[in-house]
Amino acid sequence: MSRIPPDLTYTRSHEWLRSLPDGSVEIGISDHAQEQLGDLVFIELPQVGRRLAAGEACAVVESVKAASDIYAPIAGTVLATNEQLTQAPELVNRDPYGGGWLMRLKPAQAESHAALMSAQDYSAFAEEG
Amino acid sequence: MSPASASDPPPTQPAATAGAATRLPLREKLIFEYSRAGRGARSQWPDVPAGAPGVPAALRRKSRAALPEVSELDVVRHYTRLSQLNFSIDTHFYPLGSCTMKYNPKVCNAAALLPGFTGRHPLAPAELGQGFLACLYELQEMLKSITGMRGVALSPLAGAHGEFAGVAMIRAYHRARGDAERNEILVPQAAHGTNPATASMCGCVAREIAVGADGDVDLVALSAALGPRTAGIMLTNPSTLGVFERRITEVARLVHAAGGLLYYDGANLNALLGKVRPGDMGFDVMHVNLHKTFSTPHGGGGPGAGPVGVSERLLPYLPLPIVARESGANLRSQYRWLTEADLPHSIGRLAGFGGNAGVLLRAYVYMRLLGQAGMRRVAEYATLNANYLAARLQRIGYEAAYPQRRASHEFALTLRRQAQQLAVTAMDVAKRLLDLGFHAPTTYFPQLVSECLLIEPTETESKETLDAFAEAMARILEEAQQDPERLQRAPYSLPVRRLDDVRAARELDLAYRGAIDNAS
Amino acid sequence: MLALLGVRDIEALFDEIPASLRSGELAGIGPGLSEQQLMQLMRERAAADGAPLCFLGAGAYEHHIPAPVWSTITRGEFYSAYTPYQAEASQGTLQSIYEYQSMMVSLTGMQVSNASLYDGASAVAEACLMAVRANRRSQAARILWPRTLHPHYRQVALTTAAGQGLSFQSLDYDPVSGQCVLPQLAPDEDVTALVIAQPNFFGVLEDVNALTDWAHARGALVIAVVNPISLAVLSAPGQWGSRGADIVVGEGQPLGCPLSSGGPYFGFMTTRLQFVRQMPGRIAGRTLDLDGRPGFTLTLQAREQHIRRAKATSNICTNQGLLMMAGTLYLALMGPEGLERVAQACMARTEELVQALCRLPGVRAALSGARFHEAVLQLDRPAGPVLQALAARGILGGLDLGAQYPELGAALLVCATEMRSSEHIERYAQALGELLRAAPTPVPSGPIDRTVSA
Repeated sequence: MSRIPPDLTYTRSHEWLRSLPDGSVEIGISDHAQEQLGDLVFIELPQVGRRLAAGEACAVVESVKAASDIYAPIAGTVLATNEQLTQAPELVNRDPYGGGWLMRLKPAQAESHAALMSAQDYSAFAEEG
Repeated sequence: MSPASASDPPPTQPAATAGAATRLPLREKLIFEYSRAGRGARSQWPDVPAGAPGVPAALRRKSRAALPEVSELDVVRHYTRLSQLNFSIDTHFYPLGSCTMKYNPKVCNAAALLPGFTGRHPLAPAELGQGFLACLYELQEMLKSITGMRGVALSPLAGAHGEFAGVAMIRAYHRARGDAERNEILVPQAAHGTNPATASMCGCVAREIAVGADGDVDLVALSAALGPRTAGIMLTNPSTLGVFERRITEVARLVHAAGGLLYYDGANLNALLGKVRPGDMGFDVMHVNLHKTFSTPHGGGGPGAGPVGVSERLLPYLPLPIVARESGANLRSQYRWLTEADLPHSIGRLAGFGGNAGVLLRAYVYMRLLGQAGMRRVAEYATLNANYLAARLQRIGYEAAYPQRRASHEFALTLRRQAQQLAVTAMDVAKRLLDLGFHAPTTYFPQLVSECLLIEPTETESKETLDAFAEAMARILEEAQQDPERLQRAPYSLPVRRLDDVRAARELDLAYRGAIDNAS
Repeated sequence: MLALLGVRDIEALFDEIPASLRSGELAGIGPGLSEQQLMQLMRERAAADGAPLCFLGAGAYEHHIPAPVWSTITRGEFYSAYTPYQAEASQGTLQSIYEYQSMMVSLTGMQVSNASLYDGASAVAEACLMAVRANRRSQAARILWPRTLHPHYRQVALTTAAGQGLSFQSLDYDPVSGQCVLPQLAPDEDVTALVIAQPNFFGVLEDVNALTDWAHARGALVIAVVNPISLAVLSAPGQWGSRGADIVVGEGQPLGCPLSSGGPYFGFMTTRLQFVRQMPGRIAGRTLDLDGRPGFTLTLQAREQHIRRAKATSNICTNQGLLMMAGTLYLALMGPEGLERVAQACMARTEELVQALCRLPGVRAALSGARFHEAVLQLDRPAGPVLQALAARGILGGLDLGAQYPELGAALLVCATEMRSSEHIERYAQALGELLRAAPTPVPSGPIDRTVSA
């Protein structure tokens, strides 16, 4: 049974989003996603400063059996990416909601999370998937 | 295979096992580790005549390449020992679905390696190539007969290359008719990965359509997906699920009515050779895998060849070059290569020269060996062997993915029950088969079938081999029930155990960087 | 078997196929031949084409192939082996691939190699597509390439890249030296990659250091297209300019593959480690097995068609396995010194050939640049008929350049490898001399048109 922290919001493509106190958001992939992918071997992250549209493919997580696109849950500008993942992609497997964060965005608009799922909805969605 | 280690019980496979080849237990070091400064196969080196011009200093190589300095015996021994670490058709049964690993007749190699063929320069004039070009021309003509297509081009260098040519021709056709909006290529969910990859390479969008529970393309889903953006559909028939697309005529009608064209992936032609022609099914363009259906050697990963065939409306777009025969000309120049001047709307050139000529010659020889009756027997016995093996395996207790359907030349098993109940996967069964002297079937393809084993025995295997394989599979099923962990850690008796894929991708070691004892 | 299936005959197994689709007799397929009949036919056909003396290169070169190359790789365990997806059963193939990759890395001075591509032409096409993926700074998908890049390579790249929005701009060559001329571009013009052919199609050596630095200064990647034998004596692309080339490709045929009418050959590709995930084709890597012992496996497969599908780096599903092995054995047998000697012998023989032919009135060397093992010669009359007459005398005199490079006038591309002896060269010179003397007055050649078309 994969973990789904209640304080985050989620997408249908298995990304999670966390609002930070300074107004930026942090993004990663869910426990369910990392389980499905298996041991990650490489993460490709976008350049800092890049502007993303909601739903735009912005990163790639690669395991031995799959290379999956990561889609921006909301529109925004990339503020930072998790440099540790270059050396240690397994952080995403071990701690997908903490040390395995992928990137931080500055949202293009405030309150753009309406389209995202709550933890409960995501739990139901991931079950049936 | 090496003798089992002390912790393994002695294998009890029947003495007549068709698969187990005895070989020395080998660990073979790298060729670089044989290197000793000053050593070399001197009889292979040319004399350098006096007066060799120097290279300008700024362009000269500064330090020698780190190539090994070894004797000829070192090279022969090293690579011969490496060969003994391999499975191959010459040593093992390879029931690989979708690959058609049939026996490669040796005469095909002997003919293709005749000095007159191997020594010929690709740009030599056609007058000095009539023997060679005759073979290619006749190959084109035979492929037309077999496929029911009006034109054939031989230059695509592999199946995927042929696919590329096919989709590129479809796009060219639509563009020539002012229909540049058509950029969607439909592929069934079960399609081989090259199909959507090819669509992308041609600047198209791949759209997946559902396959029904009976294994055939879902006509409702197909109709919904068809429209003014449809360039075409890519299909294999029999499909990648190993079953014949029964409503193919209807599929063709629907696609054509929507303005699209049909592409036939020839990977499964072995099931229909001499009995059904893709052209008659309504396909407009196709490729043939010479290294599958026409038995050219797989070579450990290549070379292959993927000639394309087209219906009338796509003739102008065929890739160059193509061999033509002039009638009534003097015998010296009866065959010639067509060029851009002859085919101004060709999609262009795909290969540096005319294609994988050596592979084409092998396929030509194979076809001449078979003849008309032989080709029909290929499809008949490929189908018989697949159906027989499917029946035997189901009786042993394996679950077919489409038990209500006839197998074509291949069939899919699903190990989902074993995976759920015993945590034994298709991968585990595959690895254990290696211990028992058989190459594994295709695993995890098509992705539509859970824990899939796709099995294609081919027509060149005897009943005894099929029975031995079935017995090995029975033994594995037993082991799965009694000792699943044994399967999960197989194989045991090969030069290496299961390899750490994750480490291979995380800690990239893709080239030797150690010291080499050489003079550089 | 039929009893187990509960059917009366094999035909019943085809009952799912509509009767209307059954083809019946195939026109044009005769009865099967016996092996004896076939070999007789094939021997006749192979012999029909004679064995002319070859002074033709232009992308395919006749070299000595050591006997152990083909005797070893035609062993059934290599010849009839499948792609090494089941690594435990394919260590022979996989270790060979690793050794091949290692040798190519070293030869080209780069960091990683793939397991080979179809041929040199498609390798160039793939390199252009790869450069577009890899050059993040460039938006243009614009490739600059010289007219002196092999015409077939350019054609194949155009066919392959047409569907993916790449644009190609041709660069001219200096009519005196034969070297590539860099274009005048505005400082902010976006160039994705510059292709440098070394040697170029005319056999001329380019100033690769200046070209490489020019490209890098403009933010363009450098694609090196090289002859593998020449790398024994020419600087490795990884050493070009101040930073080295970014992607290196070429035709592997000279390494142990016979001419065989144009194929099968193999294309090689090497690159920087940072671009490894953008590189198409298979790659073998070394790792450890469950018992901690070293072994080899295909790796980075997530980029390939069978996993990534529509987003794969390419649709390629093969490497030229057997030919890659020929290349590997060739390099192992020749070693660094043997390879160097082959390169030097080729250069010497070509020099000898040029001297011998240019002694004939009506023949002159067209380009002044330093060369590897090919040269452009100009004649005082059209090249086509001369080559035809030579062919009738059993000599492949070279390639008529008139179709692709009309500005050169009556011009031939000639080549002499280590396979050509002084006697061979003398024979060519004599035959050509006779032809030139016997024929009527040569066509007067006006000033050669030096304006070059794109």
